[in-house]
Amino acid sequence: MLAKKQFLADAAVRTRDTGHRAFVRKALGGYYTNRDLQKARYRDWEHARDAASLAKWSAVNRLDELLPRFVANFEANGGQVHWARDAEEARTIILGLLRAAKAKAIIKSKCMTSEEIHLNAAMENDGYGVVESDLGEFIQQLRGEPPYHFVFPCMHVRRDEISDLFGKHLGSAPTDSPEELTMIARRHMRRLYVDADVGITGANFLVAETGQISITENEGNARLTAALPRVHISISGIEKVIENLDDLSVLLPMLATAGAGQPMTCYNTLYSGPRQPGECDGPEEMHLVLLDNQRTAILADPEQRDSLHCIRCGACLNVCPIFKNVGGFTYGTTYQGPIGSVITPHLRGLADWNHLSGASSLCGACTDACPVRIDIHHHLLHNRRNAARTAPSRLERLGHRLFVVAATRPWLFATGGAMFRRSLGVLKALRPPLLKDWLASRDLPAAPAHSFRAQWSARSRGRHSN
Amino acid sequence: MIAPASPPPTSARDTILARIREALRVPAPVPHLKSHSAEQAVVPAAASGLPALTVLPAEVAKPWLPDGGDTPAERVRIFTENIEKLRAVPCRVPDLPAAAEAIGALVRERGWQRVAGHAHPLLEPVLANLPCSVQRVDGSAEFDKNALEACDAGITACEAAVAQTGSLLVSSRTCGGRGLSILPHVHIAVLTVDQVVATVGDALHLTRERAAGRMPSMLSFITGPSRTGDIERILVLGAHGPKELFVFLVG
Repeated sequence: MLAKKQFLADAAVRTRDTGHRAFVRKALGGYYTNRDLQKARYRDWEHARDAASLAKWSAVNRLDELLPRFVANFEANGGQVHWARDAEEARTIILGLLRAAKAKAIIKSKCMTSEEIHLNAAMENDGYGVVESDLGEFIQQLRGEPPYHFVFPCMHVRRDEISDLFGKHLGSAPTDSPEELTMIARRHMRRLYVDADVGITGANFLVAETGQISITENEGNARLTAALPRVHISISGIEKVIENLDDLSVLLPMLATAGAGQPMTCYNTLYSGPRQPGECDGPEEMHLVLLDNQRTAILADPEQRDSLHCIRCGACLNVCPIFKNVGGFTYGTTYQGPIGSVITPHLRGLADWNHLSGASSLCGACTDACPVRIDIHHHLLHNRRNAARTAPSRLERLGHRLFVVAATRPWLFATGGAMFRRSLGVLKALRPPLLKDWLASRDLPAAPAHSFRAQWSARSRGRHSN
Repeated sequence: MIAPASPPPTSARDTILARIREALRVPAPVPHLKSHSAEQAVVPAAASGLPALTVLPAEVAKPWLPDGGDTPAERVRIFTENIEKLRAVPCRVPDLPAAAEAIGALVRERGWQRVAGHAHPLLEPVLANLPCSVQRVDGSAEFDKNALEACDAGITACEAAVAQTGSLLVSSRTCGGRGLSILPHVHIAVLTVDQVVATVGDALHLTRERAAGRMPSMLSFITGPSRTGDIERILVLGAHGPKELFVFLVG
């Protein structure tokens, strides 16, 4: 219940913060324009969505076959695979790898699975210094905050706040230019790439047929993280497997267009293992940590299995009216927005996280925006249904029973309706406990003088007499 | 690699694979698709006993994704338009000596002191003509990341270029390793017009054929100069990778 209370409290504060709302809307304004421009370049966007959806469907439903095939090919290329059943096992594996590598300086590129397993805190506890190299993640690391949006981590932060932050931590002069702020981070980071002995990255796709890991990014920080340090560690959920390079060639452009309105993300890089003989640079070791952490629980639910198709493009957050009003932190989850509301109850327990399924207007904008056609808003309904089944609310059940009694007896329905219409004004004035919360953010309209049925028969009579 | 202090009775690998097999015993519904190809695409059962849905997206999706051009001339035109929109700089030159001349002029104009490059038939005339010192990154000397970091620009060849998206495909095997195309402040790519293919899929297939069973340890699609929108979603070029990307198209 703690998560729910926190959600309601934060949502109440954030929704009233019109400055925050305006800022987030403005930041996302360019996204809509660019996305539509890029979508128009597709000869058939809806069919391309079908292809992307099928590519993920066929991979997720053959995970038992494709995951071992990926691992065999990755290992044949010289990479080392580590399996982690849960977050703790993943942290233990990675800390073990850092010890074995005698790591002194760690550079890290954006990786949501590492947020999911709270890796940075574990590494810092063990005395390792780690620097987030993605600009947005770096800003969030300095602010001591988790990402606000899993693709745009600091989209809620104003440039003057970033200028102050860099002034405080990096000693830079104040500036209001986003370009100058980016250059401050660039200058600060260059030595860190060269000096790091371990680089940690995430993974966007695991290509079974070739044993390659695909990483998507715009800044080049992941490229540098996987190029210069002696050891490269990548962390990936097991659901990231796709069958082949053909599937990848559809998913890469769609990820960029749906998520950020780009034709292709700036760098899409495939890693098949450590440096090979004849190559002049690259890491000596490459490790991949494959994380389950409740993903197999989602897999076991055929109804919501397609939520594992998610390629983390962030499109559903960008279009979600709830996200834009309550903001990313209110969710209290690693994965925010509609897709986060679907998968978090599976990852962290339905009882504590079902309230997120109610944080939706069910408008379906998320489902429309999803490049791999995940049925997001229906899954929110599925979660609500599942929660009602596993932990039914007595009050709701009583309400539904009373409704059934009334709705199956026309005379009772009519009498009840008439009483309700007459007492609505009184109820509004009295604000009994049950209505009070509801009325706090809603207006109760005045009741009509006559019931729907009375109005309907009056109209029908009018029509017949014509 | 790392042996746990007390080995668990079942390995994590076996547990996870068992969970996956168990989970997949109940089949998932076929996704709702807009096209009719879904029904046609159902092929016989896979190892898991599920009806597997497989389309060949490269074949099927080709007419749906952005156009990459049907003729070589169209592909070069679309590629050039796309990289301009991405704020890379396309430079069409008739032959290699002209490319060497133009790159030499660029180095002089910018006053660059040291430029990195690698051994490649397309690059030899270019590197020989540079009016500055050259850092070789091709295994001919021990790789020195500090020296590479100090270079003003990096010159590389490409595996292919993609018209559809305006991307260059570089590899760790034939394009000077992993660092050369990402660490210096400016990236200069030299390629011939016949290296421009239509789609992302075409570039990957071409590279796979060339790799003959062993892919390079890194393959990277580069789509414009490095960029970020992390500050107020405002586009800034040169986040960590090259701020500028020059593409010399020979032919």
